[in-house]
Amino acid sequence: MNAVRAYWLSETAAVLDISGDTGVESQRRIWSLADQFRARAGVREVVPGMNNLTVEMDPAALQFDNLLDVLQAGWGASNAAPAASRRIEIPVHYGGPDGIDLDEVARHTGLSREQVITLHSAGEYTVYFLGFLPGFAYLGGMDQRLTTPRRSEPRLSVPAGSVAIGGEQTGIYPSVSPGGWHLIGRTSLTLFDPARDHPSLLMPGDTVRFMRVEERHD
Amino acid sequence: MISILKPAVQTTIQDLGRRGFRHLGVGRCGAMDPLSLMLGNRLVGNDEEAAGLELCMPPARIRMDVECAIALTGADCSARLDDTPVDVGRRVIVQAGQTLQLSVARVGFRAYLCISGGVDVPQVLGSRSTDLQARMGGLEGRLLRRGDVLKLLPSKMSYRAPEGLSLPQIGSTIRVIPGPEFASFAPESRDTLYKTPWKVTMQSNRMGYRLEGPALVIQDTQEMRSRAVFPGVIQVPPSGLPIVLMADAQATGGYPTIASVVAADQWRLAQIAPGSWIHFEPCTRAAALLALQEQTDLYAH
Repeated sequence: MNAVRAYWLSETAAVLDISGDTGVESQRRIWSLADQFRARAGVREVVPGMNNLTVEMDPAALQFDNLLDVLQAGWGASNAAPAASRRIEIPVHYGGPDGIDLDEVARHTGLSREQVITLHSAGEYTVYFLGFLPGFAYLGGMDQRLTTPRRSEPRLSVPAGSVAIGGEQTGIYPSVSPGGWHLIGRTSLTLFDPARDHPSLLMPGDTVRFMRVEERHD
Repeated sequence: MISILKPAVQTTIQDLGRRGFRHLGVGRCGAMDPLSLMLGNRLVGNDEEAAGLELCMPPARIRMDVECAIALTGADCSARLDDTPVDVGRRVIVQAGQTLQLSVARVGFRAYLCISGGVDVPQVLGSRSTDLQARMGGLEGRLLRRGDVLKLLPSKMSYRAPEGLSLPQIGSTIRVIPGPEFASFAPESRDTLYKTPWKVTMQSNRMGYRLEGPALVIQDTQEMRSRAVFPGVIQVPPSGLPIVLMADAQATGGYPTIASVVAADQWRLAQIAPGSWIHFEPCTRAAALLALQEQTDLYAH
């Protein structure tokens, strides 16, 4: 049974939090609720997290003292969004200079390099939410045999497009940034471009697959 | 045009920041002290959304290559226009070719330079603010350097704008409201938050202020799932030393939140220099909203 709570994070932002036995089903309800709130007047930010949703109001907007009740009621009336229709394929060149930690992941998991690549590219992943950097997607669905703890010393600079494993998660660095995940490959796709109509390639609810390619075409 | 002859340690183009893209992982950025930027824009007759320069840790020298009106707000850096002292909170008319010089801040930590018209860089996702992490906005998403030349937008030259304004008082008492995990901290730690002076460490920047003091102990180590965070949120990582998230904070985080700095005091915290001490004072949500309303009434157009 899910426990549903709503609470204030700051004077203008409130959180709807679904705890207990949760998964992609409650996350779907979060996505659909997020879309509803984004359309409301006086709403400044609507940010899905992991089985939670945060709504920040414009303080200049009219009364919003009942936001907690509105969030609770919204959850009660919400439906799971239809299963993701968008399927995004990410071409990845695994290993070599593009995936300098592939050996490390293989060593830690006790798998061969080939097995790591096969398992990673066989998986079907769901975008739960975005955060950390513009266009960085938190993906659910990695084969737990690939779990590798983060590096003890994060790298100061990870190339854009790097595909990486950190703990039980996999992700793609959308831009050059510091990073503590293990780099197993790289894609030539642009994950985030503020000039595009839809700046982020990946959006919550998308289904993602990694397709192995022999070389990158930048 | 204006020319950067010598940048401060950190000089960036900022407006009031990016709103409405946090769900894509895009931070707000914008002026760390938005109140000072707004007041400066008001003095030079700009819209409050106009972009200005945030100068953190001068000395700095900037040449105005056109006649314009400028105003300095925020930190008092004993500025001079050629040889003439320039007060903070005053509009000054500048002739083409004059050079503005800022020295080390006497009071405050971040100076704002607003120029009639505002700095002309392309808007990215609705804002001209520099996002140093994502390397977008501002000028090529980076700190300004010696030799950079910035264009200005056409000025409205609305001299109905006040010539001088009394600026809000910089101070080290910061109001906070208890956060979602406040009750999960040990009772002594909850007391400590309010009673101990906290030192702003040198590891503080536009993303967050890292504080030094007694480690805060969390009792109820419930699983934390990633959720949205905002500037002002005070997160406590396993070290027990709090981090106040600032303008460039990322969109989501996973540490317990003991409290959050009220919006009305976030500008004040941004004016605290690393190495200085601050106090947190408890506040209610209602009082926080009232304080923000009063601030808006006092300083808005």
